[in-house]
Amino acid sequence: MAKDLVNTLADLKEQEVIKIVKDRLSADEDPLKIMEDARKGMEIVGKRFADSEYFIPDLVYSGEILKTVTELVKPKLATTTESKKLGKIVFGTVAGDIHDIGKDIVVFMLDVNGFEVHDLGVDVPVQKFVDKIKETGAPIVGLSGFLALAFDSMKETVDAMKAAGLRDKVKVMIGGGQMSDEIKNYTGADAYGKDAMAGVALAKKWIGAS
Amino acid sequence: MEKQWEEMTSDEKQETLFQRWISAEGVKFASPEAERLYKERTTRFKNALQLKTLPDRIPVFLIPSLAPAYYAGLTPHDVMYNYEKITPTWKKFYMDFQPDAHGGAFVPSPGKFLEIVDFKLYKWPGHGVSKETTYQCIEGEYMKADEYDFFIHNVLYFFNNVWPSRVFGALEPLGMLPHLAGVTEMYGVSLPFIPYGTPPVQAALKALMEAGNEAVKWIGAAGAFGMEIIAEGFPAYQVGVTKAPFDVIGDTLRGTKGIMMDMYRQPDKLIAAMEVLMPTFIKLGVDSAKQYGCPLIFMPLHKGADGFLSDEQFKKFYWPTFRDIILGLVDEGVVPFIWAEGGYNSRLEVIQDLPKGKTAWLFDQTDMARAKKTIGKVACIAGNMPMDMLTVGSTQKAIDYTKRLIDVCGKDGGYILANGAFFDEVKWDNLRAIVDTVKKFGVYK
Repeated sequence: MAKDLVNTLADLKEQEVIKIVKDRLSADEDPLKIMEDARKGMEIVGKRFADSEYFIPDLVYSGEILKTVTELVKPKLATTTESKKLGKIVFGTVAGDIHDIGKDIVVFMLDVNGFEVHDLGVDVPVQKFVDKIKETGAPIVGLSGFLALAFDSMKETVDAMKAAGLRDKVKVMIGGGQMSDEIKNYTGADAYGKDAMAGVALAKKWIGAS
Repeated sequence: MEKQWEEMTSDEKQETLFQRWISAEGVKFASPEAERLYKERTTRFKNALQLKTLPDRIPVFLIPSLAPAYYAGLTPHDVMYNYEKITPTWKKFYMDFQPDAHGGAFVPSPGKFLEIVDFKLYKWPGHGVSKETTYQCIEGEYMKADEYDFFIHNVLYFFNNVWPSRVFGALEPLGMLPHLAGVTEMYGVSLPFIPYGTPPVQAALKALMEAGNEAVKWIGAAGAFGMEIIAEGFPAYQVGVTKAPFDVIGDTLRGTKGIMMDMYRQPDKLIAAMEVLMPTFIKLGVDSAKQYGCPLIFMPLHKGADGFLSDEQFKKFYWPTFRDIILGLVDEGVVPFIWAEGGYNSRLEVIQDLPKGKTAWLFDQTDMARAKKTIGKVACIAGNMPMDMLTVGSTQKAIDYTKRLIDVCGKDGGYILANGAFFDEVKWDNLRAIVDTVKKFGVYK
């Protein structure tokens, strides 16, 4: 049982995970198989978070464990293979707002659920969203914001998508601190997601994956 | 003969603080009407908070962030850099909206002071964020993961020297100053003072003196507000601040990610560090309450909200030391005015384990009907006016929501109507409508 990387990672047993990975690496196991197990473990973490079995600290901690695993395995990886992604999403905290905790959690959950997320960071200027949507052709945009000033930044970002002729090509979701359906209507976004799981559900619905 | 403070029970201490607050000794009121309003308002709050006597109506309180600046057509930058604008601007806000209390005018911190000390913990208007927007915190690991032992054994040295050397750029050299515990003999008495003779430390000391001068200038201007507004009949609410130990460590020492890692990697040290903080953070609240003669102390809560921690994590890490701080304040007659930011739905059952009539809980996005049935049995509840009602909702919607809050929370007293989150620029008509609606429909017959 102790050798089961998938479940040991899912159970957040950091020291045991490190030991298993080291053992498997020194036994010359295919590093890609190790990473695949780690990915499966993270999938379980995501599911437990969705089921309210895990909370933010557990999610953050799993991310740290994964980082350690990746660092151990990386030198042995000859090539990286991209697993097939569900779809592209452009994501960011809107202009004027520098909060990232909530955004990072949603990005993380979208990622473990198989989306290719282009995270633009915080305080993202309107034009940067527009440029990234054009560049990636992403059909989904996520706007995050914690402060009330984000209401207007979100509205301006959605308006800029309209002006750039992109609005009917993308679905826009908003989320964060003081957001609500009332604010969704104000900004002209398509949906408001109350938490990270709502964001994942929306994204899956929009690309027809659920 | 009157009882000495030390001889009083916590009930007597609380009553004494309330009476000091209500009597407003030494205050010269602008008019007999202002004095009458002041007494009415403080009594109204007292009754809502103590859960003993039904107040005449639901008290209404607006807790702005930089809203008064926006209301006056100024930017946050204007009030942070022109201190003389603070008092008239804040006064106009309260005189126009007429809530039952004021929350001070200390939100606009002095911009020049922040520049002198090179404060790294926040971005502020004109310094990292635009002049038109509010200040924002920059989280970081201002205490490192391997510093718990040092912190636990040297907590005040850490706060006086180590921490400032990391969050104030100009005070970085303070981190190299030795403490003076070793000075016990004539031999070597001057040795720990050698760093004070070096240029970097002297530059830091000079910055401290300049910063002190700027802080004095600022308090002279912003502090006038407190005197002027009480004369108009508005009592000061929540005159001091203290915090839950989990937030002290999670907000500005280890950061959100740091503290969450510590919960796994070094839980015992995290708990020991929180316990070390307790006496300091109890004293912080008690001293402010006694000094200003107002029993209410502000406690903003952050990282114990719904979703941030599981029930078990909340009960293990957040609640025990937080509860002990509450009880430490209550023992000294202080009424912690606890602001549960975010949602607190999953915590309502846990937090009701408190003595009755000793605390107040302001909720942001919590189900108020459930709050009333749980924590509302032992504490005054407050808040919940949502941000979207203030900023983008119609005035009618704000009125309807206010009426709903009056119905759901107001029954049998024990409720203060207030906003759920600090606000900046909002629809002023909605704000006015909320206050008017409480005054009209929140009356107890």
